Amino acid sequence: MLGYVVRRVLATIPVMAVVAVVVFLLLRLTSGDPAAIIAGDNATSQDVEAIRTQLGLDRPIVQQFGIWIGNVLRGDFGESFFFKKTVAELIKERLEPTLALSVCTIVLAVLVAIPLGVLAAWKRGTWIDRVVMGFSVLGFSVPVFVTGYVLIYFFAIQLSWLPVQGYQHLQEGFGGFIERLILPSVTLAVIYVALIARITRTSVLEVINADYVRTARAKGLPELPVLLRHVLRNAAVPIVTVIGLGVALLIGGVVVTESVYAIPGLGRLTVDAVLARDYPTVQAVILLFSVVYVLINLLVDLTYTVLDPRIRY
Amino acid sequence: MRLGRQRSILAGGAILTVIVTIALFAPLLGTVNPAQIDPVARNRRPGAERVVRGSDGTETRGMYRMGTDSLGRDIYSRVLYGARVSLIVGVTVALVSAAIGLVIGVLAGYLRWLDGLVMRIMDGLMSIPAILLAIGLVSLSRAGLRTVILAIVIPEVPRVVRLVRSVVLSIREEPYVEAAVALGARTPMLLMRHVLPNTMAPLVVQATFGCAAAILGEAILSFLGVGIPPETPTWGNIMAEGRALFRILPHNILFPGVFLAVTVLAVNMLGDGLRDTLDPRLRQKL
Repeated sequence: MLGYVVRRVLATIPVMAVVAVVVFLLLRLTSGDPAAIIAGDNATSQDVEAIRTQLGLDRPIVQQFGIWIGNVLRGDFGESFFFKKTVAELIKERLEPTLALSVCTIVLAVLVAIPLGVLAAWKRGTWIDRVVMGFSVLGFSVPVFVTGYVLIYFFAIQLSWLPVQGYQHLQEGFGGFIERLILPSVTLAVIYVALIARITRTSVLEVINADYVRTARAKGLPELPVLLRHVLRNAAVPIVTVIGLGVALLIGGVVVTESVYAIPGLGRLTVDAVLARDYPTVQAVILLFSVVYVLINLLVDLTYTVLDPRIRY
Repeated sequence: MRLGRQRSILAGGAILTVIVTIALFAPLLGTVNPAQIDPVARNRRPGAERVVRGSDGTETRGMYRMGTDSLGRDIYSRVLYGARVSLIVGVTVALVSAAIGLVIGVLAGYLRWLDGLVMRIMDGLMSIPAILLAIGLVSLSRAGLRTVILAIVIPEVPRVVRLVRSVVLSIREEPYVEAAVALGARTPMLLMRHVLPNTMAPLVVQATFGCAAAILGEAILSFLGVGIPPETPTWGNIMAEGRALFRILPHNILFPGVFLAVTVLAVNMLGDGLRDTLDPRLRQKL
């Protein structure tokens, strides 16, 4: 077990290294001199030269990578040249909305998708099954921003039940905070629900006819405990795996959702930074999101033995 | 079940035929120049009357079927022409990523010394959420169709590589491949005759899903303002333009949104149907 944990943790190192190289190269591959870009349009050639030396851009590329990764590991992502503060500060400011939106979405998606998936499998072949699966295909196909605007149109504009856009920090009051999170979370949850419900149905179908399920029923256990304790427990590994893998979709969705709902989070920051050609910020945000994604999936892999004691390493 | 998969291919195919027809014949379907700005006819609602004055003073009357945007451009024309960009991006990304992925995947699956390195790189690329990687890539050079296609191809390639490699690895162990090796078949011939044909079915299915993802990806990039230049009519651009006045004129977002969703849905349905028909075992993988 411990050996597996150590091996699994070590296996993320090459992945992280490739991510770091790709993200580093993003800035170096720009069509243009990074020093000139950073210095801005009004800079003199001395300014550009000074920045080049300061950032170590006159050194060999491998050495540059070493300097950069050393800084990153110390939490120093450099200075944003659009927002005029350090990238680390910028990320700290924008973290709360994104975290709130993501957590809300995951909780909502799991609470909706797993019962839906179990229901579809339990009633397989019926209209309930077809409705759930139809919704799942639809959820994959309707873009996040279309869902977002449709929800805004009905629930915020026509019915005026919820605010149209914006974000309120948690410390300014829980009511306003949660009120503004409902529509974005529902929007973002749609595709996630589609994904989780689909895999839940498939993996529940695989165990629902197993001998131990029949035994559980035969000994007189009511249907709900059978489904929860015997079926879902055994179907858990693929479901948890897909929740982890789905985080990539979620991150992509966060970027779009924050733009639709004018939420000042990391996703919005990414788009603003790209539009402003603020490369240090772009690099930092992409790196941060990727590391979070890798770590979540590491965590998911490590939970396998807890979820299913039959798995031995 | 058999009927089900055929139905999904038929429905997806039928919808796609309509969309392709619209894209091909956009100039003949009562459209005007989709980039034509008309300051007089800004923000018209769907169904509003259009009056075009010719140079000789004659008036032709028409209708803004889907209204106009804040620059007075005809949404109906823009939506119809937008189908072209979406289809071009979808098909090009699917073909290019399938071709690159096939080559890398076969090499990784066949040349054991290459496998470790290639797959670590692919794992790393797949750890960067696709949209983010695409956004990062488009920021590198001037926005345009080619940049957008490249930015969507790069995150897609590792998915194809993984699939092709897994197929190649399982084919290698098949008795008939071992037999061919025993008979002295050389590697290139082995790849062409036995390995490549087996990768085709999963590749076609993956490419179809890749096409759907690419159409969505282009729309997202354009919607965020980092994709294809705003004057080009694409569904994402029309929606991006419509954001500011969404409260009063929701049609600028709803019309292209419906077209986009229906097209992606059709491609996904086609992919589902192809997967179940070509190789039922793929359900586990794709």
